[in-house]
Amino acid sequence: MIWLTALTVAGLAALGLWMLLDRNLKRVVLGIAVLGNAINLAVFAAGRLGAEQAAFTPAGQVPLAAANPLPQALVLTAIVIGFALFAFALALLKRSRDLHGDRETDHVSAVTEEPAPDLRQGPDREGQA
Amino acid sequence: MKALLLISPVLLPLLTLVACILLRRQGAWVIRASLLGSVLLLGCAGVLLWQAAQGQVLSAQMGGWQAPYGISLVIDRLAAALIAISALIGLATLLYGLTHHGHGRLERHFHLFVHGLMAGICGAFITADLFNLYVWFEVLLIASFALISLGGGPRRLAGSLTYVALNLLATLVFLLAAGLLYGSAGTLNMGELAVQFRSGQASAGAELAVLLMLLAFAIKAALFPVFGWLPATYHVAWTPISALFAGLLTKVGVYALIRLVTLLWPEPGALHQVLLWLACASMLVGVLGAAAQTEVRRILSFHVVSQVGYMVLGLALASPLALAGAVFYLIHHIVVKANLFFIGGLAALLCGSERLAAMGGLYARAPWLALLFAIPALSLAGIPPLSGFWAKFLLVKASLDLAAWTAAAVALLTGVFTLLSMSKIWNEAFLKPHPEGEAALGNSAGLRLALACIAVLAGLTLLIGLAAGPVLDYAQASASQLLSGEAHLALLAPPAGD
Repeated sequence: MIWLTALTVAGLAALGLWMLLDRNLKRVVLGIAVLGNAINLAVFAAGRLGAEQAAFTPAGQVPLAAANPLPQALVLTAIVIGFALFAFALALLKRSRDLHGDRETDHVSAVTEEPAPDLRQGPDREGQA
Repeated sequence: MKALLLISPVLLPLLTLVACILLRRQGAWVIRASLLGSVLLLGCAGVLLWQAAQGQVLSAQMGGWQAPYGISLVIDRLAAALIAISALIGLATLLYGLTHHGHGRLERHFHLFVHGLMAGICGAFITADLFNLYVWFEVLLIASFALISLGGGPRRLAGSLTYVALNLLATLVFLLAAGLLYGSAGTLNMGELAVQFRSGQASAGAELAVLLMLLAFAIKAALFPVFGWLPATYHVAWTPISALFAGLLTKVGVYALIRLVTLLWPEPGALHQVLLWLACASMLVGVLGAAAQTEVRRILSFHVVSQVGYMVLGLALASPLALAGAVFYLIHHIVVKANLFFIGGLAALLCGSERLAAMGGLYARAPWLALLFAIPALSLAGIPPLSGFWAKFLLVKASLDLAAWTAAAVALLTGVFTLLSMSKIWNEAFLKPHPEGEAALGNSAGLRLALACIAVLAGLTLLIGLAAGPVLDYAQASASQLLSGEAHLALLAPPAGD
């Protein structure tokens, strides 16, 4: 079981990294999500697999085959946070594409490198765009 | 009461955030509530700083679960000082932002997210649990995502995309490291990890996981060679936001580096040697990168990288004096860097651009601003008697004591280059006449509040420089507290009073 999990993590992480290195922005953002899921799985597996009983402790007893609940709590937190960040990244990507049709990472860098706009029209002209 | 004070740096910004959301249709009330929240935070931070200066360490277990099972919170000297400085910069940013007005929605959202950011930053300073640290990093990260893209526009959104993608990557590295560390050490409580590492019981897997975590912190701190995201993105944000980021965000990464390295490896070793070289490379690359830039904020962004090098140098040397230098540098740098961004923003407003070629004539038009620029700029370069001089003096003295000649030489050389860089801004923006004539310069009438913020921060820089003694004592006491790890090791002892 642990080997299957390890291989899945490796496969997902490789796929995520490969997508991250793509020129296409959409793939970069999706790559982060895939890599994030690989890492979530790795964190989950850090609590050791195999023990399958729920981690409830009846009074006076010590459950021997209880699964480790801590990594489960950690990974649930990480999934929720990761989902929110991913949603934000997607929204940003969409807005950025609506504005200037960015599809490629090189273009994004080029836009950031443009000289600063003049401020004559008001305090934050760029903000009005 | 003690526990309430302990969590106040997190609780207050969160409550203010909620108040801002509830009042969002009430216009000016958002700003009033937000400023009130900031002032209260500053007050609480002052009490915490005062207590820490007396040598008190505040700590608590969340939910009453004993360490290492529950989440521990600790405020020691370093954390208290950083919370106080952050609260001050947060308040200054909000006030400074008021003068850049004109966009009601942008402004209200700005207040809201700044409090979210402050909650994340303060949370990161007080937690003694690595997964909890991850959560606080995420809180400040999502707030910073919203802040950097605030206002929109093609250039800003493109910069935000870069910022979001690279910071998400750093966060994933942190999460993976936390998972692996739990898998091999069985705990994420800093106190218990310190016991394992200091007694030499830590497994190789745990050490590797911590190294991976340090990589994530290095990305956050913008240390060489993983600094690329910072100078590529900081200049696209709205000016008050860039100032807040430049002052505080990388310092959270530096804080995490200092906290973890001093706690786990108080004795210098191979890791410290690596950090030393990275610090030297950071200082040089940052300052040389700044030399190639022709816009105020882009020059200053590269200087952030260079200055982070100094702080990590103090950490890498690992002697009590060097560490005191690093703490002193942190305190001095946050104030100076945020202030330089404030001044740069004001200069850009007056000149109509932040491209140096299109600036000029400020010395004649706004001599006060010129004087106020000179204080933090010279302090950044390390000219006595300003705060930066003492910070650099401590680090160079510590390097010489340990016969780290290269580090001392690089630190001094970087100081010279920093001065050159600052004189470039001085010559172009202040001294030379404006390319379109005097008439093109804006009026500073509506900018008094911003000038006041700048003056207060410049005054603080002067104060740290002229009354360096108490600050130095505080920094040295923090350094010995960091090296002994007492605040975190005490978490594991059973509570005395219960």
